Amino acid sequence: MINEKTLSIEIDGKNYNIPEGKNLLEFLLENGFDIPHLCYHPALKSIGACRMCVVEVEGSKNLVTSCTAEIREGMKIKTNSPLVKESREVNLSLLLKDHPDDCMTCDQNGNCALQDLAYEYFPSGKPLFGYMKEKRYEIDDSSEFIVRDLNKCIKCQLCVRVCDEVEGMSIYSMVQRGHESYPSTFMNLPLAQTNCVSCGECASICPTGAIVEKPSIGKARWNKVEKVKTTCLYCGVGCQIDVYFDPKKNDIVRIQGSSENREVNDAIATCVKGKFGYSFVNHPDRLKSPLLKKNGEFVPVTWDEALDYTAKKLIEIKEKYGPDSIGFLSSARCTNEENYLLQKIARAIIGTNNIDHCARLCHASTVAGLSMTFGAGAMTNPIGDIEFAEVIIATGTNTTENHPVYGSRVKRAVRNGSHLIVIDPRKIELVDYAELWLRNLPGTDLAILNGLLNVIIHENLIDEEFISKRTEGFEEVKKAVEKYTPSYVSKISGVDEKKLVKAAEMYAKAKTASILYAMGITQHVSGTKNVIAIANLAMATGKIGRPGSGVNPLRGQSNVQGAGDVGCLPNLFPGNQPVSKESVIEKFKMAWNVEYLSDKNGLTSVEMFDAIMNGKIKALFVMGENPVMSHPDESHVRKALEKLEFMVDMDIFPNDTTKYAHVILAASSGFEKDGTFTNTERRVQRVRKVLNPVGNSKPDWMILKDLMNRLGYNAHYESPKEIMEEISKVSPIYAGISYDRIEHKGIQWPCRSIDDEGTAILHQNSFSTENGLGKFIPVEYTEPPEIPDEEYPFYLSTGRILYQYHTGTMTRRVKEINDLRPKVEIEINPEDAKDLGIKDGDIVRVSSRRGSIEGPAKITERSQKGLVFIPFHYAESPANMLTLAAIDPIAKIPTFKVSAVKIEKVKVEDRV
Amino acid sequence: MENQTLTDPKFAELDEFIDNLPDKKGMLIGVLHKAQEIFGYLPAEVQHHIAQKLDIPESTVFGVVTFYSFFTMKPRGKYQIKVCLGTACYVKGGQKISDRVKEELGVTGDEPTSDGLFSVQEVRCLGACSMAPVMLVGERDFYGRLTPDKIPQIIESYRRKENKK
Repeated sequence: MINEKTLSIEIDGKNYNIPEGKNLLEFLLENGFDIPHLCYHPALKSIGACRMCVVEVEGSKNLVTSCTAEIREGMKIKTNSPLVKESREVNLSLLLKDHPDDCMTCDQNGNCALQDLAYEYFPSGKPLFGYMKEKRYEIDDSSEFIVRDLNKCIKCQLCVRVCDEVEGMSIYSMVQRGHESYPSTFMNLPLAQTNCVSCGECASICPTGAIVEKPSIGKARWNKVEKVKTTCLYCGVGCQIDVYFDPKKNDIVRIQGSSENREVNDAIATCVKGKFGYSFVNHPDRLKSPLLKKNGEFVPVTWDEALDYTAKKLIEIKEKYGPDSIGFLSSARCTNEENYLLQKIARAIIGTNNIDHCARLCHASTVAGLSMTFGAGAMTNPIGDIEFAEVIIATGTNTTENHPVYGSRVKRAVRNGSHLIVIDPRKIELVDYAELWLRNLPGTDLAILNGLLNVIIHENLIDEEFISKRTEGFEEVKKAVEKYTPSYVSKISGVDEKKLVKAAEMYAKAKTASILYAMGITQHVSGTKNVIAIANLAMATGKIGRPGSGVNPLRGQSNVQGAGDVGCLPNLFPGNQPVSKESVIEKFKMAWNVEYLSDKNGLTSVEMFDAIMNGKIKALFVMGENPVMSHPDESHVRKALEKLEFMVDMDIFPNDTTKYAHVILAASSGFEKDGTFTNTERRVQRVRKVLNPVGNSKPDWMILKDLMNRLGYNAHYESPKEIMEEISKVSPIYAGISYDRIEHKGIQWPCRSIDDEGTAILHQNSFSTENGLGKFIPVEYTEPPEIPDEEYPFYLSTGRILYQYHTGTMTRRVKEINDLRPKVEIEINPEDAKDLGIKDGDIVRVSSRRGSIEGPAKITERSQKGLVFIPFHYAESPANMLTLAAIDPIAKIPTFKVSAVKIEKVKVEDRV
Repeated sequence: MENQTLTDPKFAELDEFIDNLPDKKGMLIGVLHKAQEIFGYLPAEVQHHIAQKLDIPESTVFGVVTFYSFFTMKPRGKYQIKVCLGTACYVKGGQKISDRVKEELGVTGDEPTSDGLFSVQEVRCLGACSMAPVMLVGERDFYGRLTPDKIPQIIESYRRKENKK
């Protein structure tokens, strides 16, 4: 760690003060010294392998590698003496002797650290020992994404180190020795045959052309591309990425993890989706023009015609049936600014609070549960904070697949000594890193969480001081969990009593402990209660409001936090301000310059479909969502959409939902517009325009602005920046956010003024509730609404896989990703498969009371006996044909994680 | 692979050795030594098994195995014959010794004989230059001042020993 103390040293005859513990190479580079280096990267520990950064230190026998130098008071350093120069020339020549001189066809040409140094040191074109004469290694192009040509390797070991230190996969190691050594995989296997997760970090970091990105080869030379830093469009981690694009072709050439903002993605990290999932941008299917349904067919029209028609229809329906006859679904994939505008249209122009977004399907229970207990429904601690947790409980989060970059951090924390407890019915990758795994039956989480608290109270491991000073209502919870003894909970959940006790002790006794959770907790009828139980556990043990201690829901989409923050919820105005509160209503009437705002809570997204069925909702405005695929009980959703009098859908691709629209508004993707996303740790980060809008598409904010004016509301935003200025005025938690302030680094809300640095850890001295106290709330376990029976004997759980994203609108249009995971894989336990006579790859039919789907089986221990898992990405095998539309009574989130199904092997002759 | 682990007594022996280590950290080289002693060589499945048992990446195991020339990933004969081709032995006809050993065993390189008894490895200097040319059979049996004619007799002595068993 760098501390306050500085040392005085002399560099090339000048005095400098260098903070003790500072890396000398970094210091030299920051102070403008031109020090060549090939094996240094800010994200990794220095190893001094390439020996290019050597400097002369007075009194030292040998030259010293500055990246690993130990700095002493009074040190005298020469960075460019004849000796240093000669050493660098020899070292560089030794590398070049083992490197082919084929820069002409090398993909790295123009961005190669070795090429640059060769040019600088040997302008004659003649290094001391020539170039590689005979190639020694076969090229490995087995991976969909990465090509390795080790003939170009300079043994800097950056690939080995990044895969180990950042990604935690350790696919590579240096093998053989001395001159013969090279980075390779176990048994020199082709990359495609290893456990490689295709994060692409090795290709991002390789200083030469030894590891390059396959999809980028031949696309554009480095001197033909430009770079824009933006926020990844996929999950809620919010990785900062550098997008390299060819302005002439208006196309993306490659993406690399940004070396800035290490607190978010380690100054390099990406996952396969963020790194390689971009070629959807120019996919031929893109909606390139607004479309109007005429005589049952979609016909391209002008923007004027599409928007005039939309405005006319919305006004007509409002006048005919009233404002609450229109529903709005906004998008966790659109920017804060766009979501803000859509809810403003709903509230200020139409006059309804019928606005919701897909957080309803993922973390509505978090927002509800944590608001009730802590007063704020968001992740309490920053992403990087997990490495300070002595004990980590990961429950209902398949972190390494759904939040891969965060998952790597969890793995690193474990390797550095954190103790991991996994509570999950499925044998997910994190189980390999866990000290303790509680494999529970689906839907029994609440019993377990109450059970843990029971043990903690019983063994007197509670934090009495925290409970008495910071919270209220503990006694009732204490009473409520009395019956959740280990033996009782064990009977419900199938988890061994001893494991329950051990998990409780580990969590309560740790100095710092963090709970991570996601859909496995929230997507239940008891979702809100599950979340409350987690909050109870954290408060009872005082594991909240400190570094390394917190309650951390991992948000699934790039802007799912932000969409809620800016008011796309039926009960909250921007900044989590209740629509039922008069002072809030008055404030927004002033701010928006309108006379009427509804003070009645609107309908949630799941309720909207019921309201369509019973005729209360006549028109639906959908922005960037695909409810046909993402909502439970698909046939119900389809029936509802058919019934609508008017539907507008704004999207980048046609999908299963756009079919039902009367107007399709062609939106631009996240790479084609400016704005902000708020990531899972509440950090508001910039989204920047990389490409020009594809075809005649328009950024959603422009479309919405134009529509506002047509609906009779005077809206004149020049850019998203101005929309954010308005958001910061009406939303106290965003009050200090402005584009200028987040230009380089995002700020975590609450950020209440322009002098406020933002808030890394919530609830440090008091909770966000009205009286500042955390609220204990007793919660009782009840059985899930549908559990296996004779007819439908299996549990069904749905979710995501690493390579695909949500309803697949984007990732299924990225060739390499879809080639790798083209079909659904229905995960079945080996014993069940044996009983049913099913082999790996056999086509099976899975049926529930609502429908049935077919797809190939994957026989795997990941599913416990009696459980099948189906990802919901695949439209041809839609998992949500099967799921139950039962919803949590508080948060109205559907129960995607438990329903009952049967499985049959499909005989060839049965196939339709 | 999992099932083989459970049933193969060699894996059981290796597991016993690993399980009795006071601390698994930093023990990779010791474990690889033991594994090579048990299996005779270190094929992929043994390396994979060790990686799992010691909770380290399999690429790391592979890196260490390839680093040290002592470790081999190819099967060896029960008696590994190391023929010295260091400078002194080479000058004194070490290559002829090696050729004769191979001829006698009917092998062309470092592959084991079909009965699995022998394999040949040409090495640099065994540290007994005064007795050149030399060879080592197994870990201890040392032969110096060799001529090609002495080879059949030496090899025969091991075959006899094995037949008696």
